[in-house]
Amino acid sequence: MTDLTKPPADDRPAPMVEAQGVRKSYGLVEVLKGIDLEVKKGEVFVLVGPSGSGKSTFLRCINHLEKINGGLLSVDGELVGYRMKGGRLHELRDREVAQKRRDIGMVFQHFNLFPHMTALENVIEAPVQVKGENKAEARERGMALLERVGLADKAKNYPSQLSGGQQQRVAIARALAMKPKLMLFDEPTSALDPELVGEVLDVMRGLAEEGMTMIVVTHEMGFAREVGDALVFMDGGVVVESGSPREVLTNPQHDRTRAFLSKVL
Amino acid sequence: MNSSDQGSVHPGRPETLKAVPVRHPGRWVGAAVVAVLAAMLIHALTTNPQFQWDVVGTYLFDSTILHGLGVTLELTFLSMLIGVAGGITLAIMRLSPNPVLSSTAWFYIWVFRGTPVLVQLLFWNFLGTLWASISIGIPFGPAFWSEPTNEAIPLFVAALLGLGLNEAAYMAEIVRGGIQSVPLGQTEAAHALGMSQFNTMRRIILPQAMRVIIPPTGNETISMLKTTSLVSAISLEELLRAGQNIYSRTFQTIPLLLVVSIWYLLMTSILTVVQYYIERHYARGANRVLPPTPLQRLRRLFAGKPVPPAKDDVVTGLEGGGHV
Ligand SMILES: Nc1ncnc2c1ncn2[C@@H]1O[C@H](COP(=O)(O)OP(=O)(O)OP(=O)(O)O)[C@@H](O)[C@H]1O
Ligand SMILES: [Mg+2]
Repeated sequence: MTDLTKPPADDRPAPMVEAQGVRKSYGLVEVLKGIDLEVKKGEVFVLVGPSGSGKSTFLRCINHLEKINGGLLSVDGELVGYRMKGGRLHELRDREVAQKRRDIGMVFQHFNLFPHMTALENVIEAPVQVKGENKAEARERGMALLERVGLADKAKNYPSQLSGGQQQRVAIARALAMKPKLMLFDEPTSALDPELVGEVLDVMRGLAEEGMTMIVVTHEMGFAREVGDALVFMDGGVVVESGSPREVLTNPQHDRTRAFLSKVL
Repeated sequence: MNSSDQGSVHPGRPETLKAVPVRHPGRWVGAAVVAVLAAMLIHALTTNPQFQWDVVGTYLFDSTILHGLGVTLELTFLSMLIGVAGGITLAIMRLSPNPVLSSTAWFYIWVFRGTPVLVQLLFWNFLGTLWASISIGIPFGPAFWSEPTNEAIPLFVAALLGLGLNEAAYMAEIVRGGIQSVPLGQTEAAHALGMSQFNTMRRIILPQAMRVIIPPTGNETISMLKTTSLVSAISLEELLRAGQNIYSRTFQTIPLLLVVSIWYLLMTSILTVVQYYIERHYARGANRVLPPTPLQRLRRLFAGKPVPPAKDDVVTGLEGGGHV
């Protein structure tokens, strides 16, 4: 076991996410069977794999929506959900976990916008409630974020009055409002009509260009190839293959990868 | 209403459809029967001297009755307050991963839902015979403060405890249903944003649960207004008891029961209207278009426009809902 509390010896910048042998079970079923990977700062990291391979589960472990059962997982040099003290792991309190989640934005397949709040209210909810930001300032920043995802004119609409693509863009603005250092996307375009996929991918592409560190679970191989810096293919709870998206997508080494890609490409 | 809706399906079409509407002869027969029955009822109510409407008139605003009405309203309001606050607490305890909390809540609900309110009211009233005094201090140790039970728990408080604690058990189940109706993704989204458990419940889950909680809570309130009449059994002078006190002197039983009924009916009617508006408020964000208020309905009826909920009445916040 490497000591994650110490910075690495060489002068590489510390990775944004580092997973070593991460395991996760639900009851007797082991869903993640030892995941090793590293996401560098400023990188767009694409996660692909068949349904049920554990992609969502792994993403949810990163912001501790799920507890891991084994291995080590750290974000920006700090363990997720635990603290190393006196050579032993101590579980973090709810409050400390919440504190760490502020820095990690998450975008869900089904948007999960708060339906009783307008688009703008959705965006400013966490800055005001969690960070105690001044309401007027949060509003101003919220409007700027909505502007950025192209929805300034929909600020007063409730989610039920927005299209899927618009809802997902609000969800991205909502996550960005917390000024995260890492963004997790769990199939952000899977629930969208084909003609709405582009508008969401455009926003994500813009984010990538600004240097946001992103982990993206997606079936959009075009996006992976064009925007991705690294790609991992998961199956059955393990990493089967990893490399640059171009490499893996055009020249897969494993049968399982080939079989999967032949279905989605 | 039904037949007129169909005309507005394609309001933009150049030529409107002209068709003979479906006739409903059954409705006319039904209406005639009801009209005859209503006439008979009114005749019976007005001509039978036993109803003594003049006595009803004298006592309708009698100070004893009005005082009783005040007590009834106070009891209803305060015991619903206890019921709702207790219900939310119990529901959250019941859903807690902590087994001590959830089983405590389960036990409470089991006891208070499993016994009649009247019995519980009598228990609170006769608490003095169980424990002569109530004291605050170290459990099984010395007491810092002590008072005879009957003074510590006056009649009104006994009634309040009886009604409120019982109501909490019912409200707990209503609130629990409401909380569980909110999709799990909402909690996850809130947690992913770094919101605490408490804030997630307060800002995200409960407001959405309200849509499910409000209608049965309205019913509970209306039912509570009537249930308060049970406390006449522990001789607290609320509306019914006030009426009883008068007719035990004057023997004008029927007119006084009529007085009491008129007040109950008026109060429940008002509550029904209030309930409608509260439900409409919490429908915000759930429906694309708010249902019309009764006033709007009336206006539309008289304007003769067969308009379903108007297009401009979309839910853009509270202010937006009021006009057409
Ligand atoms: N809460 C849970 N309890 C039990 N099993 C679960 C739970 N959540 C996920 N699983 C199981 O874990 C496995 C991995 O699920 P996960 O959602 O991570 O897959 P995925 O790769 O995201 O799939 P998809 O592409 O369909 O979203 C699945 O077999 C699923 O049935
Ligand atoms: Mg998934």
